[in-house]
Amino acid sequence: MFMTKIVLKNLLTKYATRLYPFQTKEPFKDVKGELKIVMEKCILCGVCKLRCPSQCIKVDKQAKTWEVDPFSCVYCGICVEACPVKCLYQEGQYRAPLADKDMVLHVQEAKTVEAPPAP
Amino acid sequence: MARTVIPFGPQHPVLPEPLHLTLTVEDEIVKSAIPKLGYVHRGLEKLAEIRDHSQMIQIVERVCGICSTLHAMCYCQGIEELMNVEVPPRAKFLRVIWAEMHRMHSHLLWLGLFADAFGFESLFMQFWRIRERIMDLQEATSGNRVIVSVNCVGGVKRDIDAETQKWILDTMKIVEKEVLQLKSTIMDDFTVKRRTVGIGVLSKEKAYEMGAAGPTLRASGIAQDLRQTGYAAYSDLNFEPVIETDGDCYARTVCRFNEVFQAIDLIREAFTKLPDGELAVKAKGLPNGEVVSRVEQPRGEVLYYLKGNGTKFLERVRIRTPTFANIPPLLDMLPGCDLADVPVLILTIDPCISCTER
Repeated sequence: MFMTKIVLKNLLTKYATRLYPFQTKEPFKDVKGELKIVMEKCILCGVCKLRCPSQCIKVDKQAKTWEVDPFSCVYCGICVEACPVKCLYQEGQYRAPLADKDMVLHVQEAKTVEAPPAP
Repeated sequence: MARTVIPFGPQHPVLPEPLHLTLTVEDEIVKSAIPKLGYVHRGLEKLAEIRDHSQMIQIVERVCGICSTLHAMCYCQGIEELMNVEVPPRAKFLRVIWAEMHRMHSHLLWLGLFADAFGFESLFMQFWRIRERIMDLQEATSGNRVIVSVNCVGGVKRDIDAETQKWILDTMKIVEKEVLQLKSTIMDDFTVKRRTVGIGVLSKEKAYEMGAAGPTLRASGIAQDLRQTGYAAYSDLNFEPVIETDGDCYARTVCRFNEVFQAIDLIREAFTKLPDGELAVKAKGLPNGEVVSRVEQPRGEVLYYLKGNGTKFLERVRIRTPTFANIPPLLDMLPGCDLADVPVLILTIDPCISCTER
């Protein structure tokens, strides 16, 4: 009979766990989640690429591209701290599962219209 | 009866990580054990050649998932010594707070795994449920759940504000209450006692001789804890190592169980003494020279040997982890025990194989 108290207590208290798919946890403030970039602000300096301990970032100044390998990224946030123009940020959520291990490519659109090449 | 050789591991239900032991058994009594390591070797020390000294912080954090911040703390202390950087007092206290949170979550994880090892599933769940509160604290204060990446050369990266401090202290109160509720279950239970008391006795002399570290050493009656040396802010805190004298599996469990409460006390004390000030100082120059840095991890003493040559890359990083030191005592404990007690015995040294093999 010593368990009656515990059984009654457990019957009357709410769930110990979250009812996951219907109820999700609010991420804490400043959680280091998925790495994102505001491409318009990026100056393609490549500091993030140099500082990254897992070397998951590729920056191409000529092609104006910024790539990240989400599977190599370790969510350390070093690139976010190092970025001189603060165009990188980390979302509160972790990366969603993906089917392919592809790089995530961002291309910067040309800011000035270049003159068409001479015929 | 003839001797039988039983391979134990590397894949075994009780082991979260791969460790192989070749057990020679006679009548279900273990006669000898030969270890084999190297299943999860990743060559992290070698990475020092291609990653600079500040990137190495993130790499050493990933030596072990359970004691990540302590690895980074040890590494940073070494680099700070090489570069003659004085860490601000607030950063020292914050380091202690995160380190003690890590110790708590590591010990609660171990207590759960240990309960699971002798088939006490519900106790395992209870401990891990409590541990989840600390994981939440870590996620909220540092941004990551497991790899608490807060250390940098010269201090810490994040601060704990007054509101979070209150939340942490409130959680400590809840954790203390919940862990105390489980005390009688793990300490006074008949089954638990039958599986642990008098099994795998490591005498005081043997523990010292074999170079045991951490709770494995302290459970044998040797009051040796690196926090006594007063690194970080431990010199300002009231600290006495937790010791047990029996040296058996039960003593090691009690030792770790009591260290959870000690960690709670240390966090409370650190918050009351937390000074104001800056979080980090800028480190100038490049590491040059040799240094040995030591820190007390949940499993024992970790040692970093760092050698810089005045460039941004370190010449040598050598890591000696506590589990490596605890394997010889384990091999000393195994002969004479029942084959059925081997999983429990192995768990009582709290093996962290990914630490050991780096």
